[in-house]
Amino acid sequence: MKNKGLNKVDLIFEKIDSKEVLEKVYKMTPAGIVQGVLDSGLKGRGGAGFPTGLKWKYTAAEKETVKYVVCNADEGEPGTFKDREILDRVSYKVYGGMLIAGKAIGAQTGIVYLRGEYRYLLPKLLIELDAFNKQIKEIGFDFNIEFRMGSGAYICGEESALFESIEGKRGEPRNKPPYPTTSGVFDKPTSINNVETLVTAMMIMAHGAEKFVQLGTKDSRGSKVFSVSGDTPTPGIFELELGMAVQHFVDEFGDGDTKAVQVGGASGFCVPRKKFTETIIGFEGVPTGGSMKLFNSSRSMYNVLHNYLDFFAEESCGQCTPCRIGCQQLLKGIEKVKKGEVQSTYLNELVKLADTMKIAAKCGLGQSVGNAFKSIVGNFREEIIY
Amino acid sequence: MYQVGTLVKELSDKYGRERKSLMPILQEIVHKHNYLTDEAMVEVAKELDISAAEVYGTASFYTFLDTTLKGKYVIRVCKTITCSMKGKTDIIHILEDILKIKVGETTPDRQFSLVETNCIGWCHKAPAILINDMPYTELTPEKVTDIIKGYMRK
Repeated sequence: MKNKGLNKVDLIFEKIDSKEVLEKVYKMTPAGIVQGVLDSGLKGRGGAGFPTGLKWKYTAAEKETVKYVVCNADEGEPGTFKDREILDRVSYKVYGGMLIAGKAIGAQTGIVYLRGEYRYLLPKLLIELDAFNKQIKEIGFDFNIEFRMGSGAYICGEESALFESIEGKRGEPRNKPPYPTTSGVFDKPTSINNVETLVTAMMIMAHGAEKFVQLGTKDSRGSKVFSVSGDTPTPGIFELELGMAVQHFVDEFGDGDTKAVQVGGASGFCVPRKKFTETIIGFEGVPTGGSMKLFNSSRSMYNVLHNYLDFFAEESCGQCTPCRIGCQQLLKGIEKVKKGEVQSTYLNELVKLADTMKIAAKCGLGQSVGNAFKSIVGNFREEIIY
Repeated sequence: MYQVGTLVKELSDKYGRERKSLMPILQEIVHKHNYLTDEAMVEVAKELDISAAEVYGTASFYTFLDTTLKGKYVIRVCKTITCSMKGKTDIIHILEDILKIKVGETTPDRQFSLVETNCIGWCHKAPAILINDMPYTELTPEKVTDIIKGYMRK
């Protein structure tokens, strides 16, 4: 398959005159903003990849007078740290994106749900929010942003669990439908967007949808920020055009001995060396919220999988049985195989369990445990057994 | 011991007495007093007019809303994959040596608690820890020793 190769881009952290962009937005109609984002083809940057324009369109269509924009800053996926960096460096663009979303859907209130682990950023973010408020008041906007803190629960990154948490409850995901666009936080129509998605929306307003469409592929428009870690000489944050093959990525960031890349964190997919060339990073191949972990041949993939399953067993909210029991049993299962207490064919039973979780679990957490499980067991079976 | 009733009233005045006020109130109690005592949770329940079970049920869901005794400084060592690959175990050992406690324990003077935690978002600067709100990254046994000694002098 033809792909684009690795191209560095500077959109997210690019310095812009925020007042100029917001003045332009002030004169736009809500429908015009929604159309601009639809035209750009932007998909959510948190990992799930729902088209942002559609989300705004649906929320805008709701007849309620009270609506909310929620910024999901509960970045907890192992290997992801881009949202922290974005908030730290360009919070004015996050606030700007929330304001644009608010105008598009007809909301006067925005809530940033910031993970507890990033609380150290809060004083600085509040000072920057003051400056932002002053600026938008001068333009003539009426929009209020408030902060709510998380307290160390990975599951609260799931949108409906996040709403429950804002409402002061246990962060347990809700049944869907209704979807957030109809009934989100405080049961009001809500557009919940990832930090990076909001910044990207602001940049689309700044440069126009046409310029954004030129980047990326048909299925994965634009660029995105990648969090690079693991066995690499250059860990950190990099904004890259979407549509490159894993091989291009490894050529740039690998240490010369990369045997696998985990794309999308613990809930994502493990790509082994033999599939680097054919696998595209994007919605047509392996989707990612930005987490890219490189493993070289000195690493045991059993340890990697064990670490992920231990993570899920702890972070499962415990509400639905497939996830609560499933995570524990997958973890115990690979331990038994490793110790030789069961035959290696037991792994096949565990794969069936992972498939069942995908169908039966209530939310994205339980449904995606099988991604890492099956791609690691499938590609590194010997390492799990011996 | 602080006046828990007075504090809970103050916080309820500040954040309101609705259900949505619960998390900010609990978070600030933990921020000021390290963990939630049974007494504090009962006071919050009274003030918000909800059952103590609702308060405990919510608090116990969140890792950072501790309902058991914690020290003034809670050290959370990231145990997720990259930190684990880059020397988390050495960091734990040195912390256990300096503090003379094991993971999950609190020093007898109630100054430090040592726990493990899941990914804190510093994978590119692993290994990393949080001490209360503050992240410390790219740690080595020497660096972490200096940091803890700094806290001991506070």
